[in-house]
Amino acid sequence: MTSHAWINLAYLAASMLFIVAFKLMSGPRTAGRGNAIGAAGMAIAILAACFDPKVTGAVAANGAWPLILIGAAATIGGSIGATMALRYPMTGMPQMVALLNGFGGAASALVAGAELASTVAAAGGESASAAAQASLAPWSQFGIATALTGLIGGLTLFGSLMAFGKLEELKQFKKAWTDPKRHWINAGLAIAMVALLVAVCMAPERQFFFWLLVAVGCTLGCTLTLPIGGADMPVVICLLNSYSGLAAAAAGFVIDNSVLVIAGSLVGASGLILTAIMCEAMNRSLVGVLFGGLGTVAIADGDDVYAGKIKSAAAEEIAMILEGADRVVIVPGYGLAVAQAQHAVRELSDVLEARGCEVEFAIHPVAGRMPGHMNVLLAEADVAYEKLREMDDINPTFAETDVAIVIGANDVVNPAARTDPSSPIAGMPILDVDKARTVVVVKRSLSPGFAGIPNPLFAADNTLMYFADGKKAILDLTAAIQTG
Amino acid sequence: MPTMLMPTMLTSLLAETAALPAVGEDAFSGFVRLLTVFLLAMWVGFEVITKVPQRLHTPLTSGSNAISGVTAVGALVVTASLASTAGTVLGFLATTFAMVNVVGGFVVTARMLQMFNPKKK
Repeated sequence: MTSHAWINLAYLAASMLFIVAFKLMSGPRTAGRGNAIGAAGMAIAILAACFDPKVTGAVAANGAWPLILIGAAATIGGSIGATMALRYPMTGMPQMVALLNGFGGAASALVAGAELASTVAAAGGESASAAAQASLAPWSQFGIATALTGLIGGLTLFGSLMAFGKLEELKQFKKAWTDPKRHWINAGLAIAMVALLVAVCMAPERQFFFWLLVAVGCTLGCTLTLPIGGADMPVVICLLNSYSGLAAAAAGFVIDNSVLVIAGSLVGASGLILTAIMCEAMNRSLVGVLFGGLGTVAIADGDDVYAGKIKSAAAEEIAMILEGADRVVIVPGYGLAVAQAQHAVRELSDVLEARGCEVEFAIHPVAGRMPGHMNVLLAEADVAYEKLREMDDINPTFAETDVAIVIGANDVVNPAARTDPSSPIAGMPILDVDKARTVVVVKRSLSPGFAGIPNPLFAADNTLMYFADGKKAILDLTAAIQTG
Repeated sequence: MPTMLMPTMLTSLLAETAALPAVGEDAFSGFVRLLTVFLLAMWVGFEVITKVPQRLHTPLTSGSNAISGVTAVGALVVTASLASTAGTVLGFLATTFAMVNVVGGFVVTARMLQMFNPKKK
């Protein structure tokens, strides 16, 4: 067996470990092991890469330099990654994942650029390599894959950076970019993209075209992500995640490496599935999320819906209702993350449970800013995994629920999705909190949610509005129950 | 049971395809081999990931994000082969970025999963 075969075998082992890792991710008890196995697979793949004939050849010719170089890059990158991962607060997970994702996309685009530069260098001069010249032939696998890697990588990088800016709520990103001219800009960019794709495929040796294509990819990353509103972020994160995988897979075609192709397509598939799940959970098409923004249907004015029907209550009053409750369901939304109220909520549930009340959490698939966001947040506050119930699971139980407490959620509990076919969110699956005996909505004001529509739940007969900041509200409520 | 068997069968098929000898193949058959690997791996991905419950979607996203840093393999090789100055410089950057993605991704996922398992705290 040649050394090449051993390296391929190691890549194959790494690929299989990645698949096992994904498989173990499906259970809370095995997920940690899955992550460790994925990391082990990565370590094997990276070690095997150090024995690649190209690397060993360069070491034979130049001494230890090549190894020092990659060692330095890996140390710098690894320590930045580890520091970010350990320092970043758990509440900032969506932005953290977005940022890391951007690094992956950038790396793939740079691999394609580096490979292109080296191939062009190898194809010229006196000792021109025939293999390199073949790679640079028009419409070669190398050329096509290089073009696609650069494009997708650039798009992933800037898309992720914009997503990071939005999730971090930086000032510049507060408002979604909704200029109607953006469709023309996107159309122009799409034409430029196709033209440059063709140009790079036909003449891969012209590196200028490649970098121009990367630049168009970066710009598209911005123009496609900027118009997307906060509540659609879970979709964007999944999609960008998928892109970073596809970029890695395309880079695998550039350097003819199956571990990149396998790992990249696994990630690509996983991102696509999550994207589909998120879209389904909002009853919106992917095209709608990417290009539409929400429809501009004539929307009922909030004042008409709410006029004279809003009942607001103070902590003491709600505490009294809770004291008589046998079953309470807490419905968290993005507002919980903003108010950092996860620990306060856990305490409240502890206090209620100590009084013999059954407490569960109802998690809507798109609550928060990334898939499963609420689960991570509540897990951080030590809420037991078993108490976090998925929508389809918990919806039938609302009829037997004494009190549903909605904290920082709005559109995902809006009964208009069920009852009003003309509503922009019509048909979106929602949590049926309105079927609970009493609904307590913790909210700062009557301002609408992301969809910009009034919520008839707030005006329902069985709803009490508790106007306050999420965290303070829950702390006061807990105190009121304990003293009452 | 067929749905249970699917991933296992696909995985072994994938293993065989990925390990096929690349001896004496022309450029196009090389492409077809990689394309086969790509499509089979996509399929395995779909089969495996549809079984992940919603509650674990965040660790899944960040874990798969870490795995997409596999591009580090390509970055290492292109950097260390010292084939051209531009290639080496770009490769160095690529390696750095990819390692941020890999290490950051796995560490953050581990941190997150630890919270799902309070006993280990």
